[in-house]
Amino acid sequence: MNYRWNWEILLQEPYWSWIWSGLEWTLLISLSSWCVALVVGTLFGIARTASNRAVRAAADIYVGLFRNVPPLVQLFLWYSVFPEVLPEALGLWVKRDMPSPQFVTAAVAIGLFMAARVAEQVRAGIGAVGLRLLPAALATGLRPWQAYRLILLPLGLRAITKPLTSEFLITVKMSSIALTIGVLELTAESRHIENYTFQGFEAFGVATLIYLLLGLGVTGVMSLVDRYFGGDKLRRGDR
Amino acid sequence: MIEISDVSKSYGRTAVLRGCTAAVKRGEVVVVCGPSGSGKSTLIKCVNGLVPFDSGAIRVDGVSVGDKATDLPALRARIGMVFQNFELYPHMTALQNVSLAQIHVLKRSRTEADTKSRQLLARVGLADKLASRPDQLSGGQQQRVSIARALAMDPQAMLFDEPTSALDPEMVNEVLEVMQALALDGMTMMVVTHEMGFAQRVADRVLFMDGGEILEDTPKAAFFAHPSTDRARQFLAKVLSH
Repeated sequence: MNYRWNWEILLQEPYWSWIWSGLEWTLLISLSSWCVALVVGTLFGIARTASNRAVRAAADIYVGLFRNVPPLVQLFLWYSVFPEVLPEALGLWVKRDMPSPQFVTAAVAIGLFMAARVAEQVRAGIGAVGLRLLPAALATGLRPWQAYRLILLPLGLRAITKPLTSEFLITVKMSSIALTIGVLELTAESRHIENYTFQGFEAFGVATLIYLLLGLGVTGVMSLVDRYFGGDKLRRGDR
Repeated sequence: MIEISDVSKSYGRTAVLRGCTAAVKRGEVVVVCGPSGSGKSTLIKCVNGLVPFDSGAIRVDGVSVGDKATDLPALRARIGMVFQNFELYPHMTALQNVSLAQIHVLKRSRTEADTKSRQLLARVGLADKLASRPDQLSGGQQQRVSIARALAMDPQAMLFDEPTSALDPEMVNEVLEVMQALALDGMTMMVVTHEMGFAQRVADRVLFMDGGEILEDTPKAAFFAHPSTDRARQFLAKVLSH
């Protein structure tokens, strides 16, 4: 192979700053879409275990829709189509005038896609360890929302910290699709460097390493969270 | 205290309760027995509205359970319930299990609730298990925690749904003793159980159910001496023979 390796180039300006800024956007998109996914996903996950049939059906529709349309298509829909169906002034604001429209769109689109997956995990977690306790909780006079907040949700979330870790990891990697609507995150910046320097192997090599480290970091943090809340003990002790 | 009149319920085409009528007076202990699948558990769960019924009426302390306008959580807070499988919250200690509803339903302060919980756990013989989680307790101990959890709400009546059926034989008595002490204190109790010894010692009346119907509603002595229906006779012959 006639490739001339040149790792030093990545330490030179502006390439170093490009990687750094790409990493910042990747982190920003990953974390904000994960927050959206957790909040929205938990709400829909709870709704999927509700006794009210209409609430359950609405949540089923959400999950069915957002889980089955390719995330890339969803991103395009949110970016190109969604502003057009809004009233004109609002559409213009979403497209152009709100702060960092591409970033916000990417975070929301990825977040809502991931929320459908998280909802499914939350539903499974509540069903596996919590739902059995609902009659007992209600019998003490707790209202349904209190039973969910104090018992079903804490137990359900403890049961699923491991699969939620996988969902978090998918979110981090999914952040790279934001490049298709022009967010210069890590993958986009690597490609950017390749175009300028023809040292694509180095650029993507570093990006790969950074994704790997981010992933290991997420895994580590999530197992600390799991241990702190005693999820492993609870899973072993569950009858 | 508890009035059940002509209550029926079916799941699809299967009738689980057929025109059940019964009453539990204040301070009375009523044991509900009968073969499995006879509707005993369903009936007792109808009393606090955990299971909705199709027709008839249930009134607890004058409040209609089936009425849509009834604030069920408020009603349930006044009726304690103990389940076959304990149903303790596995992520909380015994103390937290007993304090939770006091804090969130009765709005007691944490200190006040914990003081009450300590007294109750001591009363059921678990003063040394306050900080234990359910998986560190035996079945009998868990069931006693769950009785304490129900008592913590200062209930006006207690419902027991086969409280000893999931227990190893050597733990049955420790739970029955707690229930007996409660009965002696004058608690209104409705108890679904197969423990005929408990019924003989503690019950005022016995309801015998089969096929979703209440076949007998008799004072304890009469029920055990000469049950009036054949099915009750057969049932007693089976459960008393060992």
